[in-house]
Amino acid sequence: MNRFYVVLGLVAVVAGVLIWKSSRSESATALSSPQGAAVTVTAADSAFHGYSTGSDSAAVEVVEYADFQCPHCAEFAVVQFPTIRDQLILSGRLRWRFRDFPVGFPWSRLSALAAQCAGEQGKFWEMSDALFQRQSDWGRSTKSPNGLFRDLARASGADVGKYDACMDSQRYAGRIEAAHQEGAARNVNGTPTFFVNGRLHEFPRGATSDGFQALVDSIAGKRQ
Amino acid sequence: MRHRQAIALLALVGFSISLYLWLYKIGIIGRLQCGTGSCEYVQTSRYGTLLGVPVAFYGVVAYAGLLVVALAGLQPGLLQRRWPTAVAAAIAAGGVLFTVYLTWIELFVLHAICRWCVGSGVVITLIAALAIPTALRRERGA
Repeated sequence: MNRFYVVLGLVAVVAGVLIWKSSRSESATALSSPQGAAVTVTAADSAFHGYSTGSDSAAVEVVEYADFQCPHCAEFAVVQFPTIRDQLILSGRLRWRFRDFPVGFPWSRLSALAAQCAGEQGKFWEMSDALFQRQSDWGRSTKSPNGLFRDLARASGADVGKYDACMDSQRYAGRIEAAHQEGAARNVNGTPTFFVNGRLHEFPRGATSDGFQALVDSIAGKRQ
Repeated sequence: MRHRQAIALLALVGFSISLYLWLYKIGIIGRLQCGTGSCEYVQTSRYGTLLGVPVAFYGVVAYAGLLVVALAGLQPGLLQRRWPTAVAAAIAAGGVLFTVYLTWIELFVLHAICRWCVGSGVVITLIAALAIPTALRRERGA
């Protein structure tokens, strides 16, 4: 009997140590760039609050924390977001802000960097759409999707020379890390996560265009 | 007695796996050690949460329950009682059904496999294989 409790105790200790070590090693991982070098977050990185689309006078602002490699984010982007854009953003009722929240897929940060480098040339939303729409082509790949991202950047209208220089220098790695830290501080623990006018909003049945329509109607209605 | 010890050990292993996945889900562990598997792909999917609660948390609760019941069943006063094995069998049966559902989601909806989930599936299946026949045998023998 005593031997059993010794074995049980040993299993508990080993499991505890492994879990503790995993939680400790994460801080180094979170601060890693796609190539694994340490990322420095500057004041300029922190001052950037993400690309936004929609009217500045819209009554409702949604901040989305998302990862380009997250399958649920892609599903939302491809299935729901076009309707939201057509019905709510283009009509001036909703402003949408995108924040990177790389959750740790192999190409999370590389894809975020690609979007930022296209964004530098005013092509963020085109690149964002392309990354999500083509996620099935690169999301499960074990080889670097750099070449495909480059093609997507070109198709989005970006100057490939400037895009390459941006990617090579990892110019916006700090910006991505700053967004990730901001999300973590706001208790984002999955993607996509939505904040509506600054408050975390959960969609128990899944985030849909109808859900956002109802939300905007509700908030805009209260303000009238 | 031996099968209750085995159930306790397995429950502790299952508890550790679920705890690891749950800590990842709530952001304390930011990257899962998964080799070439698709743990994060599965965990961050919509199926990583059920009724607003991370799926892994159900595992934490179930395995903790199994561990407590198995350890209770090893106490001298309860060694001859049937109910600890019956309770363990009931929890394990529910766990196996839930595991079948989650594995189906992984294979046919997400087309991705989380190795830790497979590990938990093996553990709960072993617990069920130990507890259910014993519970049924005792029930028939009673």
